[in-house]
Formats: sequence, C-alpha cells, structure tokens
Amino acid sequence: MTPLAVTTVDLARVQFAMTSIYHFLFVPLTLGLAPLVAIMQTTWYRTGVDAWLRLTKFFGTLLLINFAIGVATGLVQEFQFGMNWSVYSEFVGGVFGAPLAIEGLAAFALEATFIGLWIFGWERLSPRVHLATIWLTAAGTWMSAYFILVANSWMQHPVGYKMVDGEAQLTDVWALLSNEFAVIAWVHTILAGLIFGTTVVLGVSCWHLLRGRNVELFRRGAALALIVAVPATLIQLSVGNRFGEAVTSAQGMKIAASEAQWNTCQPCGFSLFQIGGFSAQDPNPSFSVTVPRLLSWMATGSFNGQVQGLNQLQAQEEKDFGQGNYMPRVRLMYWSMRVMAMLGVAMFLIAAVGAWLYRKRRLEKARWFLWTAVVAIAFPFIAATFGWILTEMGRQPWIVQDLLKTSDAHSPSVSTAMVASSIGVFALLYIVLGVVDFVLMRRYARIDPPPLREESAAAVPALSY
Amino acid sequence: MDLETIWFVLIAVLWSGYFLLEGFDFGVGMLLPVLPRNEAERSTMFESIGPVWDGNEVWLVIAGGATFAAFPAWYATMFSGFYLALLLILVLLIVRVVSFEWRERSDSRRWRTVWRWANTVGSVGAAFVWGVALANLLHGVPLSSKGDFTGNVLDLFNAYTVLAGISVVALFALHGGVYLTLRTSGELCERAALAARRLAVPVTVIVTAFLASTVAVAINRNDRDAFPTVLPAAIGVVALVAAVALVFARRGGWAFVASAVTVVAWVATVFTGLYPRVLVSHPDFGNSLTISGAAAGHYALSVITVVAAICVPIVLIYQGWTYHVFRARLGGGESAPRPAEPVDGGVAGVPSG
Repeated sequence: MTPLAVTTVDLARVQFAMTSIYHFLFVPLTLGLAPLVAIMQTTWYRTGVDAWLRLTKFFGTLLLINFAIGVATGLVQEFQFGMNWSVYSEFVGGVFGAPLAIEGLAAFALEATFIGLWIFGWERLSPRVHLATIWLTAAGTWMSAYFILVANSWMQHPVGYKMVDGEAQLTDVWALLSNEFAVIAWVHTILAGLIFGTTVVLGVSCWHLLRGRNVELFRRGAALALIVAVPATLIQLSVGNRFGEAVTSAQGMKIAASEAQWNTCQPCGFSLFQIGGFSAQDPNPSFSVTVPRLLSWMATGSFNGQVQGLNQLQAQEEKDFGQGNYMPRVRLMYWSMRVMAMLGVAMFLIAAVGAWLYRKRRLEKARWFLWTAVVAIAFPFIAATFGWILTEMGRQPWIVQDLLKTSDAHSPSVSTAMVASSIGVFALLYIVLGVVDFVLMRRYARIDPPPLREESAAAVPALSY
Repeated sequence: MDLETIWFVLIAVLWSGYFLLEGFDFGVGMLLPVLPRNEAERSTMFESIGPVWDGNEVWLVIAGGATFAAFPAWYATMFSGFYLALLLILVLLIVRVVSFEWRERSDSRRWRTVWRWANTVGSVGAAFVWGVALANLLHGVPLSSKGDFTGNVLDLFNAYTVLAGISVVALFALHGGVYLTLRTSGELCERAALAARRLAVPVTVIVTAFLASTVAVAINRNDRDAFPTVLPAAIGVVALVAAVALVFARRGGWAFVASAVTVVAWVATVFTGLYPRVLVSHPDFGNSLTISGAAAGHYALSVITVVAAICVPIVLIYQGWTYHVFRARLGGGESAPRPAEPVDGGVAGVPSG
C-alpha cells in the first residue's frame, strides 16, 4: 500500500475528528451559559430587579439555540463508536459502555427533561420551582460532562479493568470513576465551559455597550461575566498545568510531542516559539525562544524535573510493543499546545483588564477594550478545538493507550466508500446547521432585549421554542 | 433470571419506552401537514410536544448507551452492520431536533414551512427506519463466523422489514392523533379525533399483519415455537382493536392507554421472538449473536443494574411530573388567527372540520 492511499481508518478518523470538534463547539457553551443564566435568574428572584429577568431571557434564548444543536450532534457522537469503530466498541464496551449508559440515565435525562420545564414553565410553575429547573438543567450538563470524560479518560489512562479473551472487562467501578485523569479533565472542561459562557456574555454585553444602548442592563451582564471569568481563567491556568503533570506520568509521548522534545532533558526549558525542530531528521530548531526550567516545572512540578524525549520513548515503546512508529505528529502537537495555552493566558488578561476597568468605572468608555472583548468571543472556541486535537491526536497511534491501536479498531464491515459518503452527508449537514446557528445566534445576540410587560414579572410569557 | 437476560429485557423495555413516548411526538410530526389549517394551529401542535420531546428522546440515548454497556458485541455489530440505515436515522433526527427550536425563530413563512417539513420528514423517516432496523434483528442479516456483518444495505430491506417500517409509521400516526385529542381543544381536537378514526382501520390491518408475520418469522428464522411470541402479538392486536373502539367511543384517555399498550406490544413481540439471540444470522444461522455471547462481564452488568435500579424510577417520577405540569389542553388555534394563511388541510384526505 502506498503512503498516499486513503484507508477506511483514515476516513473514520476524519469523521471522528469532525463529529467531536463540531459537537464540542456547542457543548461547552451550554456548560457555561446554563449556570450563568441560572445565576441571572436567581439574582432576579432574590432582588426583584427587572434587569436581571431581562438578562435571563436574553441570554436564555442564546442558550436554547445552542442547546438544540448540542443535543442533535450528541446523538452522532454516541452512535459513531459502533458505526465506525466496531472492533473498538467490542473491545472496550465492557468498561467504556458503563459510563455512557450512566450518563444517559443520571445526567442527560435530567438536563433534557428540565430544560423543557424551564422553557415552557414560566407561567405554569411557581417562581421558586421554575428557578430550580434551570439549576437542575445546569447540574445535568455538568454531570453529563463528568461521565463522558470518565469514558474518554479511560482511553487515555485505562484503570479498573482486566483483559478477558481479548476484551476489556470492568473490575473496579470506583477506580474508573475516580481516575485522576477523569477528575482533572472534568475540572478543566467545566472551567473551559465557564470561560466559554463568560466570554460570550462579556463579548455580547460589550457589543451592546459599544452601541450605547441598554447600557445599564449590559453593564450588569458584563459585571457578572467578569466576576466569574477572572477566577475561572486564573484557576484554569493552574489546572491546565496540573493536567500536564498527569499526562506526563501516563502519556509521556503526548507531552514530549507537544514540546517537540526529541531527547530526554533535565532540567528542561519551555519553548515559547520555534522554527524547525519538528522531525527526527531536523531535531534542533533553527530559531527558538525558550524559558529556562519552565517545562520541568510544568511537566513534573519540580524545576529540576526530568522529561523523557521522543527518541527515548520511541525506543522504550518498541521494546514493549514491537516495531512501529509510536510518535504522534510533533508539529501539530506543538502548535496545538501553544495556541491553546496562549489563548488561555490571553483570556485571563482580558478578564483581568476588564475587571480593573469595571472597578474604575471606565468599562463603557474604553472602546478598545469593548472591541477586544467582542473579538475574544472566538478565543474559547479555538482553544477548545486545539485542546481536543492535542488530547486525541497526542494519544496516537493508540486508540486506548497501550492496549489497542487505532489502526486495528475500525469496523471491518464498513467500506471506505460508506465512510466517505457519511462524511459527505455530515459535512453538508453540519455546514448548513452551522450557518443557520451562527446567523440565529448573531441575530439574537444583537437585538435589544424587549422591556417587560406591564403585568407582574412572573407572568411574562414563556420563551418561545 | 441471570443478569444477562435481565438486561436483554431491560433493553426491550427501553426501546418500548422510546417508542411509546417518542411515538406520539413522531405521530404529531406526521400529522402536521394534514391537521392544522393555520400557523397558530401548527404552533399549537408544536407546543403540544414542545416541553416533552427532548425528554422522550432521552430513552433512545439510554437504549443506545445500555446496549453498548451491556452487550458490546451487539452494539458493535448492529451499529456497524446497519451503517447506512443509522446514518439516515441520524440525519432525520438531527433536522427534526433543530426544527423545534429554529422554526419559531423567524416569522418568515418560507422559513417556518422549511422547518415544519423538516419535522414531518424527520418523524416519518426515523419511525420507518427504526421499524426496519428492529425487524432486521429478528429477520436476520448475513453475519460471518466472527460476528461481522457481511451484507449490504439492500439486505436490510425485504417485504417483512418494510412492513415493519410501515407498521411503525402507521401506529405512531394513530398514537400521535390520539395524543392530540388529549392535549388540544376546539376544532383542532375535533380534526385530530377524525384523523384517528380515519386511520383506525388501515392501522389495524397493517399492524396485525406485522405482528402475525413476526410470529412466523420467529418460527422460521429464529427456531422458535409460536409460543410465547404469540402472546405479546395477541395483546397488541387486542389493545389495538380496543384503541380503535375507544377512539370511536370518544374515550380519548383510554384510547391513548390502549394505543400505548399496542406500541409496547409491538416491541415486546419482536424481542420475545428474538430471545435468546440478539441478532439473527441468515443464511448461516449458526453465526447468530446470542445474549450470552454478546454480553459484557458480570461485574459491569452488576454496576449498571444498580445504577438503573436507582435512576430509572427517579427519571420516571420527574418525567411523569412534567406531563402533570403540562396536562392542560392547549387552545385549538382560534386565538390569533392569521387571515392570510391558505387552508392546506386535506392533503392526506382528512377533511377540514
């Protein structure tokens, strides 16, 4: 087979990447917007200030438009394991299936049912019970993320299982649920969700402030976003770092590749930027900016820690698992890591500057900042995409770390043409859905929030569905 | 009963729950082109399922996850083997899901028409393909000795499985019509009742034919005796006849119970015929996938059994409460008429009023 031949595995990987990245544009926004809307509604419930109800409805509409497409694309996510990866599914189902089933029963059912109650329950439920429905929806989304990440983390760092007749069987559900990887990944994802939510609320609020309309209203929106964003972005930087340490101990290749670290080093400097140095033939960058000892600290928690190099890890893996290439794509890993981390820092700086301007009562006047916040709406989407590219492609050539290779995991009964046609169908569908979603989000983010009706605030009609 | 059999039954229950609940959602979607006579009535129909359709679809997500967890080999073979059918289902369900949220986001008539039809096409199509897919489990598909699907998409379509698809569409249309008689009022409610009456006889014929064929297919393809498959099949027929009688007697509530029993009996008949296999192989019957051959380890099954024992009752309680909250009938569309709307009832022969 020539290296250029496109195989079923390649296409199945393209499809998985497409489905997962697309799904994860919508999911984290739900994870973040749901609790923010819940906080807005709670503030209204406690204070009776109309502005908070208007904000609840305004951002609630964005939440709903986004929620629908998240649900729709989630189904593909569940089905595609069996469709494209039947060998994988049979291999891991005895472990991986359990958290997926639990997710449906314990989490997705909660969010899907209570979002309906929230949308249509404004007039039919007491304000207190209605408030509870949005909190339960938010809780459902957070629990849902946890169980999905338990499943994914098992692929990164398998625990609590034994192999029986070539298939993994669960032996310890607590080990599975308390997998260090899963816990850190969950905190990382929840914080990412909050950053998505706050970035969108801040950006949209700043756009309205730029126009100078509903200033009182959107200053409150911006304030809420900033109060949550400053700690969320700051904690995220240290959680991301802590995540790196866990990856270093379980998936050395992923870290070595994301740092383009060809040979074992101690202490190791962190490369901020480099030209060249991305292949075994050309391991030394022709130009680089490096912070001494920083990589040692990030990867091991000690400024004098040792980080294994790609070459050494490759030799070790060949000894353990036989001939083969065990290196992920170094250049892509390196830049994915940097785009994600640098956007993470940028989002923290934006939140910090915004909070400072707000305290100085200069937020509305600082037009440069307002524009920055509008542009920054794109940042979390880009950062999360590269975060998943790093996580999933950094595990290659394994689909389950050290247990099953991606090249052995696809569906033998599914032909290249079938995968290709389904990629075509989904690409077309996703483009149409993406365009419509973007147009709707943009339109509803730009309208003036309507004033409340004359009658009591609690009797405002349901958000249309 | 061992854990493996319990999970086989539970998965049948999950599919029953999905068909019972999403069945009337789909039915309402199918009746969208024929029942309403103006935009307000269409909105009423959407609103009749608006608060609950997402909760109903949860049962599909759970059925999929439970199959993956309890029977990895079944999930793997079925989902890869029925590849193009499932691709079609996903596309249909996706356009249907977004139609609920997006339709109301613009007043443009063309926009609303597009998403209304997306809902109808999604409902008819997904119901049909689910019927075909489940019937194929029993009718049998070509499997290799390793349990891999060796056929192509055309193997999934034959007289029996197509009849299954049509029977699901027909049954859901009736189920949705009966549901609308409970949730709407005025003229729309009258037209829903009329639609249910018109559907009664053809649905009875089609579904009875399917249930009878299923007993035969279980005998011929799955090496089963007529008993016990004939039991749920008979219950299905009796419940359907009762549903029809109750529709004509204008006993909406009981008619809904009876049509719900029929839907459950449809699933129960297929799964009873399927036991003790999960996917029949044809022509090489020996390659069939069995419950014990496809099941996950005992420990994993114990874990999800405990979780299901705790969570399923809780989910049923809060979903039941949701139906209680939204029990009030919706206006029949008399309010806020849109005079410019053309009358487009009668497409499928259901006359207005």
